[in-house]
Amino acid sequence: MVAERGWLKELYEWLDDRLGLAAMGALAKKKDVPVHRHTIWYYLGGMTLFLFVVQIATGILLLFYYRPSSDEAYESVQFLMAEVEFGWLVRSIHHWAANLMIFTLFIHMFSVLWLRAYRAPREVTWFSGAGLLGLALAFGFTGYLLPWNELSYFATRVGTEIVGVVPLAGEFLLRVARGGEDVTGATLTRFYAFHIAVLPATSVALLGVHLFMVQKHGMSVPLDVERQGGAGGTMPFFPNFLLRDLVGWLTALAVLAALAAFFPAELGVKADQFAPAPVGIKPEWYFMFMFQTLKYLPAHILVLEGELVGIFAFAVAGLLLVIVPVLDKRSDRGEGTPLITWLVIAAIIYIIILTYLGYTASPTT
Amino acid sequence: MQWTWNRGLILVVVAVTWTGAVRAQEQEAEVDNCRVCHSVLDDERLGGPARAFTGDIHAARGLGCADCHGGDRTLAGFEGMDPAKGFVGRPGKLQVATFCGRCHSDAAFMRQFNPSLRVDQVAEYSTSVHGRRLAELGDTAVAVCTSCHPAHAIKPPSDAASSVHPLNVAETCGACHADAEHMAGYQIPTNQLERYRRSVHWAMMTDGGDLSAPTCNDCHGNHGAAPPGFSWVGNVCGQCHSVIADHFAQSRHAKTFALLGNPGCATCHGNHEILRARPELLGLGEGAVCGQCHVAQDAGGTTATTMRGRLDSLRAAYGGADSLLLRAEHAGMEVSQARFELQGALNALVQARAAVHTFNPARVAAYVDEGLDVTAAAHQKGVEALGDLRFRRTGLGVSVTIILALIVGLVIKIRQAER
Repeated sequence: MVAERGWLKELYEWLDDRLGLAAMGALAKKKDVPVHRHTIWYYLGGMTLFLFVVQIATGILLLFYYRPSSDEAYESVQFLMAEVEFGWLVRSIHHWAANLMIFTLFIHMFSVLWLRAYRAPREVTWFSGAGLLGLALAFGFTGYLLPWNELSYFATRVGTEIVGVVPLAGEFLLRVARGGEDVTGATLTRFYAFHIAVLPATSVALLGVHLFMVQKHGMSVPLDVERQGGAGGTMPFFPNFLLRDLVGWLTALAVLAALAAFFPAELGVKADQFAPAPVGIKPEWYFMFMFQTLKYLPAHILVLEGELVGIFAFAVAGLLLVIVPVLDKRSDRGEGTPLITWLVIAAIIYIIILTYLGYTASPTT
Repeated sequence: MQWTWNRGLILVVVAVTWTGAVRAQEQEAEVDNCRVCHSVLDDERLGGPARAFTGDIHAARGLGCADCHGGDRTLAGFEGMDPAKGFVGRPGKLQVATFCGRCHSDAAFMRQFNPSLRVDQVAEYSTSVHGRRLAELGDTAVAVCTSCHPAHAIKPPSDAASSVHPLNVAETCGACHADAEHMAGYQIPTNQLERYRRSVHWAMMTDGGDLSAPTCNDCHGNHGAAPPGFSWVGNVCGQCHSVIADHFAQSRHAKTFALLGNPGCATCHGNHEILRARPELLGLGEGAVCGQCHVAQDAGGTTATTMRGRLDSLRAAYGGADSLLLRAEHAGMEVSQARFELQGALNALVQARAAVHTFNPARVAAYVDEGLDVTAAAHQKGVEALGDLRFRRTGLGVSVTIILALIVGLVIKIRQAER
């Protein structure tokens, strides 16, 4: 591994003296990954990280042309898509990588939940992961508005309106989210600042914590594998696991390229703040199950507003999800927790059905 | 000080008493005994007007029966209908215009209700065919104010239920003009309503929702209704089609038509049944109007054929560029700017079609060439977009091949490492 030839060897030694490459190499060699029938789920985290890196790279390229104002945002994206060499490719990959990242993130989360990988001593890994999921959703919500087209404008209007129903602080939160009474150019610059500065900085910090915890505790072996005497063996992280990771990343890259070539990111019609909302406005697919749930709720449930009850229920469900390592003490003791298994199955079925209905049911029902 | 208090007290008492007296008078004045009695009469001739009046614009503005019919509304019974108190009852058809004109021709009076409302309706009416026949021949079958504005149920033109709302004007005029029996003595056609309803103008108003599209009164006038004279039909059409009217006025056809006594625009486009000006209207083929006077061998025929050919070339070029851009758009290419720019060709086509009324092929060609430049640029962008699409697909194939090769290499490497 260490270069044997003259100048390469010298360069390596020069860097090693300053960076401690040999120590890092030794650490990488020591890291092992358990091998068992659930090993495949270990790749989802790395896949999500790869897509996040793609997002950063394409996002930086988009910044060269994007202009964050209600007068210029749409036109700048239009110019990027039509005139800039490979602008369409960069934006389309950014668009599809975002969707794939949320998708792999959800699978990663559910696999961790299913295998109880959050149990002690990996609670902090779970908390930081849950935080990263929240940040990814915030990335999606803020990024959706940036092209300033009709669909994103009205979806943001509906999305931010939901915040307004929170008792007492609703109006204040709505104004904070929008930067005023309504979704305007002020909202766009606010979302832009969050999307390119606040969220990336927070994500990188939290990602650091998450990766450090993964490094510190290693991969969790599922309870049923442990009960059967532990993993059948291990494989070195470097190079065996990393090479497999690379296969997954390259496959993701090929899928991204195909999606970008055959289904380039759409731009739609420029947002008109004074136009009536078009029929059938939809949020991004990962918010669809919540959006559809709120549509099905009656105007009032007992004495409370139906929408408020729905938001409260989702907030409670989200909180329970975050604190699941604290609630689930049985897994810490190596005991089975069928309730959590059934709740995970119910949640997945619920999300799939409501998302399906969101895209197929009449927009007026 | 004492004096001031007493004086103040007296002023307050006087003010309260005076205000009370005025209010009592106002309340008394609000009781319209005419409507109180007539609205409960079963006889439709006597009770109907009072009942219908609740929805009338005059009632909405605070006017009552006595304001038109005279008499004293404060008196119940027949005493209120005393001619000595100005009661005029129901005016005859010959008196209606004067009857309405007492207020509607009085600018000072009308200003307090609607300062923008014209006050020359009666003067205009006297110049109309209706007014002249009524005054000169005593023809009471002609329209008077109440024929179009139903007495006691008059609504402003902006009200969709009004007889003079743009959507209802044709029906209102047609009540007489489409009635063959009513019009029997006048020897004029009664199919105008039927023909108008097949026109592009009616389609614009109903299907297009454009209430500014012309209806009867826009060409014939309303209170001064008369058929447009042969020599000024162009002026009537030119109110809206001003560019075309200018082109036509400067053309040799304007002079020729005047000499022949042809009614300008209506010679080619007709009058009530004015159809959408389709491309086939120009030239010598089937459906073309130029062929009514010209043949292929004369200069007019050649001009018509040339102009038609130029317009068709622009239409074809526009259609080609548009379908190419649509193909690219459906394939996911961003061509919205090119499609927007292509609208410039449509504008040029509109101008070229208007220029047909100059009957000068060079003027038409100037606009057509301008449009062809736009379509050529758009077509080029369409070709580039489709070329770019092919490049993307090829690029995808190459990238995926490289990626697959890398994956195969990695798999081999993994197997070697784990052997």
